Amino acid sequence: MCTRTFWSSPGRTSPAETGLLLVLVLVLLEGSVLHAVAGASSSAADVTNHHAPTNESGHQKKPFPVLDLNYEHVQTPFEISLWVLLASLMKLGFHLIPRVSNIVPESCLLIVVGLLVGGLIRLAGEEVPPVMNAEVFFLCLLPPIILDAGYFLPIRPFMENLGTILMFAVVGTLWNAFFIGGLLFAVCQINPGYPLELHQLELLPCLLFGSIISAVDPVAVLAVFEEIHINELLHILVFGESLLNDAVTVVLYHLFEEYAGAGTVTVLDGFLGIMSFLVVALGGVLVGAIYGLLAAFTSRFTSHMRVIEPLFVFVYSYMAYLSAEMFHLSGIMALIACGAVMKPYVEANISHKSHTTIKYFLKMWSSVSETLIFIFLGVATVDGKHHSWNWVFVTATVILCLVARVMGVVGLTYIINKFRIVKLTTKDQFIIAYGGLRGAIAFSLGFLLDEVHFPKKDMFLTAIITVIFFTVFVQGMTIKPLVELLAVKKKQEAKRSINEEIHTQFLDHLLTGIEDICGHYGHHHWKDKLNRFNKKYVKRCLIAGDRCEEPQLIAFYHKMEMKQAIELVEKGGAKMPAIPSTVSMQNIQPKKAVPQERMLGQLSKGKEEEIRNILRTNLQRTRQRLHSYNRHTLVADPFEDGVILRKKNVMEKKIKEMNNYLTVPAAPPDSPTMCRARLASDPQAYSMKPTADDVPTIHVDLASPQSPDSVNLVDELKKKSEPTSDADEGLVMRAPSQNRSEESDREQQKLMRCLSDPGPNADEDEDEPFLP
Amino acid sequence: MGSRASTLLREEEIEEIKKETGCKLCQNAPLYLSQTSITNPVFNSVFSREDFQRIPELAINPLGDRIINAFFPEGEDQVNFRGFMRTLAHFRPIEDNEKNKNAAPSEPLNSRTNKLLFAFRLYDLDRDDKISRDELLQVLRMMVGVNISDEQLGSIADRTIQEADTNGDNSISFNEFMKVLEKVDVEQKMSIRFLH
Repeated sequence: MCTRTFWSSPGRTSPAETGLLLVLVLVLLEGSVLHAVAGASSSAADVTNHHAPTNESGHQKKPFPVLDLNYEHVQTPFEISLWVLLASLMKLGFHLIPRVSNIVPESCLLIVVGLLVGGLIRLAGEEVPPVMNAEVFFLCLLPPIILDAGYFLPIRPFMENLGTILMFAVVGTLWNAFFIGGLLFAVCQINPGYPLELHQLELLPCLLFGSIISAVDPVAVLAVFEEIHINELLHILVFGESLLNDAVTVVLYHLFEEYAGAGTVTVLDGFLGIMSFLVVALGGVLVGAIYGLLAAFTSRFTSHMRVIEPLFVFVYSYMAYLSAEMFHLSGIMALIACGAVMKPYVEANISHKSHTTIKYFLKMWSSVSETLIFIFLGVATVDGKHHSWNWVFVTATVILCLVARVMGVVGLTYIINKFRIVKLTTKDQFIIAYGGLRGAIAFSLGFLLDEVHFPKKDMFLTAIITVIFFTVFVQGMTIKPLVELLAVKKKQEAKRSINEEIHTQFLDHLLTGIEDICGHYGHHHWKDKLNRFNKKYVKRCLIAGDRCEEPQLIAFYHKMEMKQAIELVEKGGAKMPAIPSTVSMQNIQPKKAVPQERMLGQLSKGKEEEIRNILRTNLQRTRQRLHSYNRHTLVADPFEDGVILRKKNVMEKKIKEMNNYLTVPAAPPDSPTMCRARLASDPQAYSMKPTADDVPTIHVDLASPQSPDSVNLVDELKKKSEPTSDADEGLVMRAPSQNRSEESDREQQKLMRCLSDPGPNADEDEDEPFLP
Repeated sequence: MGSRASTLLREEEIEEIKKETGCKLCQNAPLYLSQTSITNPVFNSVFSREDFQRIPELAINPLGDRIINAFFPEGEDQVNFRGFMRTLAHFRPIEDNEKNKNAAPSEPLNSRTNKLLFAFRLYDLDRDDKISRDELLQVLRMMVGVNISDEQLGSIADRTIQEADTNGDNSISFNEFMKVLEKVDVEQKMSIRFLH
């Protein structure tokens, strides 16, 4: 969710912007209008139904309806799609208006949009659809976000700070819950001479309310913290806390809900609560880990059916979540555990494309989910029938939330700093306290409350919404300037270099050795033991082929080289890099060409020609092996890639030129014939055909280096130069063999397409070894 | 092996060690270290290499030999308790008040630079203040095991040197080493908690 500034002109809106705004307004109106239409058409449908039986009995012929409106048939999916479309267009819209999105975080804007949509629907006279249904939220909207967080969780900082995170999550949330609940009860009881409805509020409902409102929300934290790019430590502290406090929230919620009817809580109940907490937390993690191992094991056998690999990841994770929820365990922790456990093994087994697919799908779903959640929050706010405003209660809640959070963080940090090597400074504490945002989980939990036992449910909901709005708007908007003001350390954008990797591992071994000498079984010792166990037993079971023997360092190195090769090809375009030696994954000898720009330096014309010839001859040769079209096999279609679209104009120009040479005019590039022809030659079916003239050959494979699918651009140049013509354009045209250069163009681009992987975030760090 | 005479550390010695290494709880150090596998250092105030090699975990540690060698000063075969503590003092956590203290005569042993210097010396066996390609290759080979071919390791080593080398001498000097690790939180990584 990085803000890209497309238009920097401050005052004027470009026509595209205005166009987009119009589209957005239209969608908003359409949404609200359709609800009205829904109401109308349902009545119309009833009328026609009544007519039908009389027709049959009387055999009367009515004119055949040429155009008919049947909204009910598609109502539910249509509305869902409309909401998703609205959410996505909103996201697009915000990025096109950089001025606003730099000041206001996306979450605020989305809530405002939700308010607008809700308002429009109200104005249209219809009832606001009950979109913020707790089931929809917990079963459909929340899991993608959590899975995305868990799968890409940076394990190393998380584990290193686990103690701190647990302290904040467990003790902090408990403190918050009891402090807020208790003091709210006290506030409600004051002023006894003036009997208010607040006096009816008992202690237990207050405590329940406290436990609902005290939990830091992962969705809100993610949304806001993503934009401020804060340093890794603080990010993982706040984010980890928001994830792990789910267990506490679940236990407290159920505990107080159970006993709110009874009215009292005894010591035994407290003890059972503690037991329950352990069961919920550890049980959730266990369930997640089991499903994660299952997914890893399954991925070991998917080498022949690569297309469904991502499906396993998603389905197993979702099942973990549902299973945990079934037993009232912590679904969020199950999901995190599943993602974190399965990732290193699955990554080793799946193909490169599946990896990209998983990454993209997770990002897409979580992004849409998050947008929808905030919009629905806005819509649900407008839904008036669930609100009951009470000044005292609401203001007391807001103030107490802030106070409790600050006190909790300061107190806990004091204790934690005694055990930490790198202490948390005051600035850190401030950011942690300020980053405690509440969000939709609190709202949904409030929604789930039973009206019978909690007659003050509406008041609770109003207070919850107020706190959410306050934290998201006020804290969300001001945290960015505050971070700048306090000069908090920001995230370091650069990728991990091979040096860092080697030296970090070196230091790990060193420290393990020192710890062994001292006899002090610390952090490094256990990590080392776990790594050894992992290498010896677990990896053998879960990783296919001989990848299980691959040391972390080599895997990291391969990934890095692959990325670099991809970048090289993308930058280079039609020109291959100047290194005449082998550019293979196994054997990089970069020599003096340190900066990548130098690699694309000046090629002599002769060499350039040689390379072009090689490409042309080889690529056209393999095109002769056409496979039958199968829509289940993943093949690359070069025309779909953005990289290629840049060349499309050049291509089309050339095709026009070429038509002069061809006897049969070539079909336009995106006609079905051409598409099918392109799709049909599977890039992964390239193999070495021994050629009559020893023109060098090129392997193009993907995925893991040691399997037969490795990227292995072996370019054995033989000294064979050919006469050049105008070398300015990407291809050289010569009279007789012209009809082949068009196709080789496409083949060449297919080559690039196979290797290109434009990821959403270039520095998305998924290169973490198991326990780095 | 050394004598079994019960030579307790004298008070002056403890004071000196405390000043040198900065370990405040140095007089309690024998209590900590008595948990080690090395035979009770209080009574046996010199160690030799065999003492270290008796620790089983060090045998499977890829850097085991080098770590042991780091304890022994140049050329000697024995190290006394003072030298032992001196080496261990590199791993003390950096405390905040020390960062402000300018009055220290020389940089304390557990400063970031000294920590990194310690690690650097483990790479640089021939003490020429440079990590050459061969030294790097040796370390890589130890860490990675026997399954990887020499060419691969060679290319990794080349790549590593290429990334770090700024002055073009095809080896990594200490300054380049420090620069490469500037993003890594060395203070936290190279610290053991109980050595206060």
